[in-house]
Amino acid sequence: MTMIRFEQVVKTYGGGEKAVDDLSFEAPTGKITVLVGPSGCGKTTSLRMINRMIEPTSGHIFIDDQDVQTANAAKLRRGIGYVIQHAGLFPNKRVVDNVATVPILLGTPKQQARQRAREVLELVGLPGDFADRWPSQLSGGQQQRVGVARALAADPPVMLMDEPFSAVDPVVREQLQDEFLRLQRDLGKTIVFVTHDIDEALKLGDQIVVMRVGGKLAQLADPAYLLAHPIDDFVAGFVGRDRGYRALTFTETPQLPLAAEPTVPLGTTPEQARAATRDEWLLVVQDERPAGWVQPGQIAAPIEPAMLHRGGTVARASGPLRSALDAALSSPSRRGVIVGDDGRLLGTVRAHQVLQAIEATERPPVDEADIAPERADLSADR
Amino acid sequence: MFAFVQEHWSDILSRGIEHAWLAGLPLLIGLLISLPMGWLARRAPWLRVVLVGGSSLLYTIPSLALFVLMPLVVKTSITAPINVIVAMTIYTIALLVRTVADALGAVSEETTQAAIAMGYTPLRRFFGVELPLAVPVISAGLRVAAVSNVAIVSVAALLGIRQLGFYLTDGYQTNYWAEVWTGVVACLVLALIFDVVIQLITTVLTPWQRGRAA
Repeated sequence: MTMIRFEQVVKTYGGGEKAVDDLSFEAPTGKITVLVGPSGCGKTTSLRMINRMIEPTSGHIFIDDQDVQTANAAKLRRGIGYVIQHAGLFPNKRVVDNVATVPILLGTPKQQARQRAREVLELVGLPGDFADRWPSQLSGGQQQRVGVARALAADPPVMLMDEPFSAVDPVVREQLQDEFLRLQRDLGKTIVFVTHDIDEALKLGDQIVVMRVGGKLAQLADPAYLLAHPIDDFVAGFVGRDRGYRALTFTETPQLPLAAEPTVPLGTTPEQARAATRDEWLLVVQDERPAGWVQPGQIAAPIEPAMLHRGGTVARASGPLRSALDAALSSPSRRGVIVGDDGRLLGTVRAHQVLQAIEATERPPVDEADIAPERADLSADR
Repeated sequence: MFAFVQEHWSDILSRGIEHAWLAGLPLLIGLLISLPMGWLARRAPWLRVVLVGGSSLLYTIPSLALFVLMPLVVKTSITAPINVIVAMTIYTIALLVRTVADALGAVSEETTQAAIAMGYTPLRRFFGVELPLAVPVISAGLRVAAVSNVAIVSVAALLGIRQLGFYLTDGYQTNYWAEVWTGVVACLVLALIFDVVIQLITTVLTPWQRGRAA
């Protein structure tokens, strides 16, 4: 059990300006807690107070019920993984030695620490000869992976991550986020993650702490709740538009009324294709997996991959409702393609059927305290 | 000049070694003293003013004056080589404290912060991360100090201390220009040797910089 708890933490800088103001929350064991907010909201300051890179002006931070203020700062930090924006690798150490840093600081023999470093590098997708390169020989995304590996090397129960993926391009970022989530499913670390990107927060967070300028907590909720019930205009504005649609990301698809779809394999002749359906569009499959749509009336040769219309997305029956709706909306035939977890075609569904399913789902119930928090406080006082 | 060199070959060599010793040893001692001073100068702005400002002022003392005054301070006879060693150490410090402070300051904030976050203690961080990364800049300062030391040591010839400067003063007094040129060229060669050695050591200490070029 490794939980992090903030208790009325305040950080005031010279001049009385408050960077963090009366912040209290818990980062539960084995979960990702994301601190998110505009610049100047004190999220990084809050993160850095956990490993004592910054000392709070008042209040307490506990890890496992131990006040971090009572710990030796250097020893405390060796027990907490830390990943920063530009990775912050040591340019004078080879990748393997960068990763072995904390185990060596903890007294692990060099050989053993390097062995461990190579294992962790493999875990983050940098096998073999990457270990012997210098940081300057790696791409930004690779450096960031090394940064994550370095934080994981001593297998700390707690990880702090300060905008670790924001300095790489969007494609690499998405890739790193997905791998990070996969890794976390296996490792189950207690993670506090800082970002200014609400979409990243919604994607990665089990729990999200929205902070406003001045270092005050605006709302603490899980992603679905945050999208469904932002507590005020600031949070609503920060979470952004299309909240109803984005919330579907967090709603599992219920049993949908799937229609059987006529299909033909690749290589089908135009005559066969026209005989297979009376509809304008026909679904082509390859090994029982959907490959794309064709218009039988428009083709003059046996179907080959280059002829396929690729605009339609494919949704997994067990995936979020957002994917199912998008499959229907993006399909040229207006019939959304639904597949099983193995990728095989299950059938198709129309948009109005998905909408019916959406209307039948329950939205997260509103927490009473969120409707009129001031009122709630008053009534508690009486 | 070649005749002079051929005739005095062993003398030139032994004076060259003396000269290298008088210039090189202070370089080493000066560097060792400048490292903690430069590190301290980074701790607080007022320390920087005192240490960098103060040490820079030392360089303005004329070398001959320092050689003459040194025996009063270290209580030795005026012809003892130790005077030159101490004086040259002072000049080395004058040049290197600022260099070391700047070199440590040039280590990126991200790297330093990462080192702190990993749990490095300040001392281990200095030797494990900051100092290795400061080597290229310190080395540049050291090369300047080496050349400066080789030049200033030749002034000590006026005190009768054995080194290459003797050929300059002696040759000039006897109007023997081959001897003067021998002294000039010998000093030049010695300075070049220092420069090459420092660059070689730097290359060995900074393998990651070659990695960058590859």
